[in-house]
Amino acid sequence: MRNMLAIISNVLRGTASRNGAELVSEGARVVVSARTYADFTPQASFDIKKCDVHKLEEGPPLQAVLTREEGLQYYRTMQTMRRMELKSDQLYKQKIIRGFCHLYDGQEACAVGIEAGINLTDHLITAYRAHGYTLTRGGTVREIMAELTGRRGGIAKGKGGSMHMYTKHFYGGNGIVGAQVPLGAGVALACKYLGKNELCVCLYGDGAANQGQIFETYNMASLWKLPCIFICENNKYGMGTSVERAAASTDYFKRGDFIPGLRVDGMDVLCVREATKFAAEHCRSGKGPILMELQTYRYHGHSMSDPGISYRTREEIQEVRSKSDPISMLKDRMLSNNMASVEELKEIDVEVRKEIEDAAQFATTDPEPPLDDLCNHIFYNDPPMEVRGTNPWTKLKSVS
Amino acid sequence: MGIQWYLRHLPCFKLHSLVPYFFPNHISMFIMIKSCFVCFGYICTMVLPVFLDMYHINTTVFCVYVCIFVQYNDIAMLSSAVTVRDALNQALDEELERDERVFLLGEEVAQYDGAYKVSRGLWKKYGDKRIIDTPITEMGFAGIAVGAAMAGLRPICEFMTFNFSMQAIDQVINSAAKTYYMSAGLQPVPIVFRGPNGASAGVAAQHSQCFAAWYGHCPGLKVVSPWSAEDAKGLLKSAIRDDNPVVFLENELMYGVPFEMSEEAQSKDFLLPIGKAKIERQGNHVTLVSHSRMVSLCLDAAAVLAKEGIECEVINMRTIRPLDAEAIETSVMKTNHLITVEGGWPQFGVGAEILARIMEGPAFNFLDAPAVRVTGVDIPMPYAKILEDNSIPQIKDIIFSVKKTLNV
Repeated sequence: MRNMLAIISNVLRGTASRNGAELVSEGARVVVSARTYADFTPQASFDIKKCDVHKLEEGPPLQAVLTREEGLQYYRTMQTMRRMELKSDQLYKQKIIRGFCHLYDGQEACAVGIEAGINLTDHLITAYRAHGYTLTRGGTVREIMAELTGRRGGIAKGKGGSMHMYTKHFYGGNGIVGAQVPLGAGVALACKYLGKNELCVCLYGDGAANQGQIFETYNMASLWKLPCIFICENNKYGMGTSVERAAASTDYFKRGDFIPGLRVDGMDVLCVREATKFAAEHCRSGKGPILMELQTYRYHGHSMSDPGISYRTREEIQEVRSKSDPISMLKDRMLSNNMASVEELKEIDVEVRKEIEDAAQFATTDPEPPLDDLCNHIFYNDPPMEVRGTNPWTKLKSVS
Repeated sequence: MGIQWYLRHLPCFKLHSLVPYFFPNHISMFIMIKSCFVCFGYICTMVLPVFLDMYHINTTVFCVYVCIFVQYNDIAMLSSAVTVRDALNQALDEELERDERVFLLGEEVAQYDGAYKVSRGLWKKYGDKRIIDTPITEMGFAGIAVGAAMAGLRPICEFMTFNFSMQAIDQVINSAAKTYYMSAGLQPVPIVFRGPNGASAGVAAQHSQCFAAWYGHCPGLKVVSPWSAEDAKGLLKSAIRDDNPVVFLENELMYGVPFEMSEEAQSKDFLLPIGKAKIERQGNHVTLVSHSRMVSLCLDAAAVLAKEGIECEVINMRTIRPLDAEAIETSVMKTNHLITVEGGWPQFGVGAEILARIMEGPAFNFLDAPAVRVTGVDIPMPYAKILEDNSIPQIKDIIFSVKKTLNV
């Protein structure tokens, strides 16, 4: 009997592989689409956590509508981000990535939720934990990973590294803690000046939130009613210092004083999205800046040189992973509401893994930037000039 | 052959009977001349005697009025001289008019007309959108200016003095200067940081530092230090049109100094290239290299030395970075002697860099004596006048150094 079953299963399996994997997956695709219209819920409404408000009459809505397409897109992006960061961890340990590497895993809902609440024509600036935002702002995984490994195919041709990645309407990647906040308000000033109804999302962490220049920026943004959404990504630790040890007031959403604020669950992509939409509406209506605190968590340490367990317990990290992981939360929501199938999500996982593998392959095999590029990009729109090398006889060439 | 004779021969003689109706008294006439001095400069020299006669003013009284008038106004009444302040004002006005994206921000630049009146009249003309008064928060507003430049505008960020730029220096260096390189050409930063630099008069240690060497040290920045009105106008216009971060070091003591401006210099498209020095005075015996206010002292010293037969070649650097080493080398190869003159401190200063470049370059073999620096004294600036005067180079110090170098 068992023999017969074995033979039958072999035959069936053989048939499937003889038809070719392509055919099988094509069939599956056909089957899936057929299932979309018949079996999957096209959209569902979810209850989201209420946001604490500061100097606001009301907060964002308590319910969010998620369509199947949106859900699949958020899932894919968050999973891509997660796998990209984990791959970077691997490459760093293999010493293929060097220097600074600040990983974003755990915080995916923030980047994806924010992007879902604004347009690509809006502007965004963040600090050094920037790989996730580089992706949501239009960078490809290949370019990002090649920049981390310092190759010519990198998004900044290998000259910037982890903390200095730029795309259209994305101003980095900034290494100096807090410096990006006045820059973001400046971008918002330009938005207002040029009258294009765009806004600027300006991110900083719980550690940066105590910087003086941020308060200077709150003042000017408020005075001049700049269309700026200040977002504090509170992941509970500024490097190795917990928020209780760094801030006299850990209500970061209230620190803007005269600026209205929201405290948002940063592990729920829908919560972040609704809050961002609410904040964007506030800015675009000319009311001036608004502040959002996203309560989130990073699984890795501050950077790759920090194991992340000297100032917090493994149990704490494990608890967040099991109870509040943003990707799991979205997955559970979609599955329990029949908005996607397990196989479908698994398929996305497989595709994402492949994409990351390809990108990692590219990032490790692409050549390093040519030495001729050493002195280029000093000035923009300038005639070629000479740059002194390490000694008086070495004259290097610089072109714009 | 008095005034009456002259009157009869003037072209505008026929019109002079109308004058009392327009200018009821001599004060209003002077005011008229003041406000149209450029055009009327020539006409006034012809027409003035008419008025003198008309209002029965004798020559003595007239001279007194002229003296008071010239004292009150910082422009010479009857010539085309322009002060550095007005040249800067013209440059700002012209560039604001030319490009919608240009705007000015800083403390007191708008309603106060500028702490040193450099932006006088601009707020009235361009309004709140283009001329922005900021709170006293340098790090914040410098960062905002850099962000605006990244997003497509062309800001001019004024520091009331460059001493206060230290509060914002991270934004100037890390956010502005390095970004084009770090982004491998994706993100240019077309911004100008301007304001008075260096020693003033009686403002003591915290308000007197020269930052030419500090900013001149950093790649990614252009650093400009004008001397004359023409320098100020041409270089500021070039700085504003430049697509890169430019640190524009003015000098408070030079703001009120008038200079002749050529016809060409008064045009709206008058630009001076950044990175090119100018030879202000030709000479054969020694090269004096300087920037900003010290150029005046070099020229004065050169005039004194000329009487003793020593001809100095005075080079006005105009730009600190990129440094026009070629101009200095060419001059040294001619004169065989080099002295740099600056207001800043000696250690790791502008002069130190020039001397190092001469050592490393072709001009070294042409030196007949070691190249030396004349600099500010290596101390924080004191307050008492006698101490302050002896903290910065004086003409006698330059003359002394020239004679020592030439061994005379």
